[in-house]
Amino acid sequence: MNIHEYQAKALLKGYGAPVAEGVPIFSADEARDAAAKLPGPLFVVKSQIHAGGRGKGKFTELGEGSKGGVRLAKSVDEVEANAREMLGNTLVTKQTGPAGKQVNRLYIEDGADIDRELYLSLLVDRTVGRPAFVVSTEGGMDIETVAAETPDKILTRAIDPSTGVGDEDVAALSDALKLEGAAREDAKTLFPALYKAFVEKDMALLEVNPLIVMENGHLRVLDAKVSFDGNALFRHDDVKELRDTSEEDEKEIEASKYDLAYVALDGNIGCMVNGAGLAMATMDIIKLYGAEPANFLDVGGGASKEKVTAAFKIITADPSVKGILVNIFGGIMRCDVIAEGVIAAVKEVGLQVPLVVRLEGTNVEIGKKIIDESGLNVISADDLDDAAKKIVAAVQS
Amino acid sequence: MSILVNKDTKVLVQGLTGKTGTFHTEQALAYHGTKMVAGIHPKKGGETWTAGEGAKEASGTELPIFTSVAEAKDRTQANASVIYVPPAGAGAAIMEAIEAEIPLIVCITEGIPVADMVKVKARLETSNSRLIGPNCPGVLTPDECKIGIMPGNIFKKGSVGILSRSGTLTYEAVFQTTNEGLGQTTAVGIGGDPVKGTEFIEMLEMFLADDATESIIMIGEIGGQAEEDAAQFLKDEAKKGRKKPVVGFIAGRTAPPGRTMGHAGAVITGGKGGAEDKIAAMEDAGITVSPSPAQLGSTLARKLKG
Repeated sequence: MNIHEYQAKALLKGYGAPVAEGVPIFSADEARDAAAKLPGPLFVVKSQIHAGGRGKGKFTELGEGSKGGVRLAKSVDEVEANAREMLGNTLVTKQTGPAGKQVNRLYIEDGADIDRELYLSLLVDRTVGRPAFVVSTEGGMDIETVAAETPDKILTRAIDPSTGVGDEDVAALSDALKLEGAAREDAKTLFPALYKAFVEKDMALLEVNPLIVMENGHLRVLDAKVSFDGNALFRHDDVKELRDTSEEDEKEIEASKYDLAYVALDGNIGCMVNGAGLAMATMDIIKLYGAEPANFLDVGGGASKEKVTAAFKIITADPSVKGILVNIFGGIMRCDVIAEGVIAAVKEVGLQVPLVVRLEGTNVEIGKKIIDESGLNVISADDLDDAAKKIVAAVQS
Repeated sequence: MSILVNKDTKVLVQGLTGKTGTFHTEQALAYHGTKMVAGIHPKKGGETWTAGEGAKEASGTELPIFTSVAEAKDRTQANASVIYVPPAGAGAAIMEAIEAEIPLIVCITEGIPVADMVKVKARLETSNSRLIGPNCPGVLTPDECKIGIMPGNIFKKGSVGILSRSGTLTYEAVFQTTNEGLGQTTAVGIGGDPVKGTEFIEMLEMFLADDATESIIMIGEIGGQAEEDAAQFLKDEAKKGRKKPVVGFIAGRTAPPGRTMGHAGAVITGGKGGAEDKIAAMEDAGITVSPSPAQLGSTLARKLKG
């Protein structure tokens, strides 16, 4: 689960991290009051969407020559003018895709005098199974780009979970970031504080890009991106309240209600599969035979008829879907349950597009019989290759 | 021969009394009489669990319930434990099995917080236990022992070692090698989580060492670099003259970066963990990577015929 920058900063501030003063606003009428609460004279007006690249992003409604999604303002008037221009419009960044995202929240923040921009993040390094800091002197740009062009400028340091961040860790990270004086002192409290926040709140990613050294020599968290481990939300009611469903795909929200793993994609073949690996492989094989999947959907190992029906409805609700492939290898999941769920869903929502069903495994004969006797126009397939060929042919004909 | 489990493996069940634990324990009993020996429940010690119809000819089998893993191990000489405990308590259940020095722990549970697995992983390093999973289908040696949720009816005793990060793709590989007449020595699902007990390399080492295993199917997916590490391992071992034919598959060629694809560990982050890098590393190590998950068995059969 992702949260907005202003929420992330408020959370980190609670752990003692140095962040600028700021006020989130939801309408342009709040802009003046928000700016007036800040020291000034320099302000930053920042679009709050769950995607990176906001500064270089463009508003669809404002045209090519307009300013980006993060703007400097030198007066309260400028803050208000920018807020009026930005709120409600659609920001397109390299992470949003061409459709962009509507900006419904702004964060008005006190400006900072930047000396150096650094990169810092915390994540679980899966190769060692431990939380790890990733730092670089090349802040303010994509860490992917830094990794590709100058990998020697990145330090990854795993932290022993039984001891937490030690003096040696802080020193190694500070050296890598070339911190001196006041900034080096700040790091001694900041790095352990960030680690504490990461662990206590079950974060999946804590990214500070940039972490800045200000002209006064101190460190400040200038931008913050935080995402949480969805599997740990059950123990963080405070974090759950930060969820902004307007940032999420409607179909994905609907799927999550039924505990279905669903990811919307750009193609036109809807997929319903059991098992994450097989669901990915099904997408891959559709592509292999020349078409594109409309989604990833794993109905799980022990899906009920109701769950299958819900999954089918979510797929058919997507207007770009021109064909559906159901691919089930029944282990625990019985093929007859899948067949009944599909039939029930088709009867309820109708079937406007070709449907290919491939069933294998437990109770496969009963499942096939249910589908054959339903009188519905379902194309049966013998194996995954056969299924993919048939649905691709049906969609392209 | 086989790896990890055989007809002498004695299995405890943590989470036996729940619906999932009951269903799969009955299935295990029905599968060539897998030696399920006891269940664990902190409040139901002293009670007895009775297998229902699902256990087929083993229905009516009674298993004692103990309050702790340590007590159960002491009383039954169990050398394996399977965990069906829900995610919030599964990390603690694994820890309990480690403290009781159970040699083989198989955790089926999906959805355990990563932070809990970080603690488990640190504890495993100084233990005598091996953990398979979590978020995995388990381990099965045909005709001998079934731990976990794999469908037993698709297996056939044979010569292929199967290991995978995905449950249903494991079944595809098993089913196809059965249809090719090759059969399996053991199938191991190592699980779809980012932090897990056992990685590919350790299982490859066991399959290379197992005389009955003549070839291997290894199924990976996007995320992390375990497949690259495994490929390097096979390459290094081949230089020492330890070599078996390996067919591979990587799921997620079409997955978009930054999106978690069902499995918590299946995500391309920071430009790393993509399918193409994994496939290239595997091919470089002499693994034949099948472009289609429907051709794992036929690809292996062709490779074996040379």
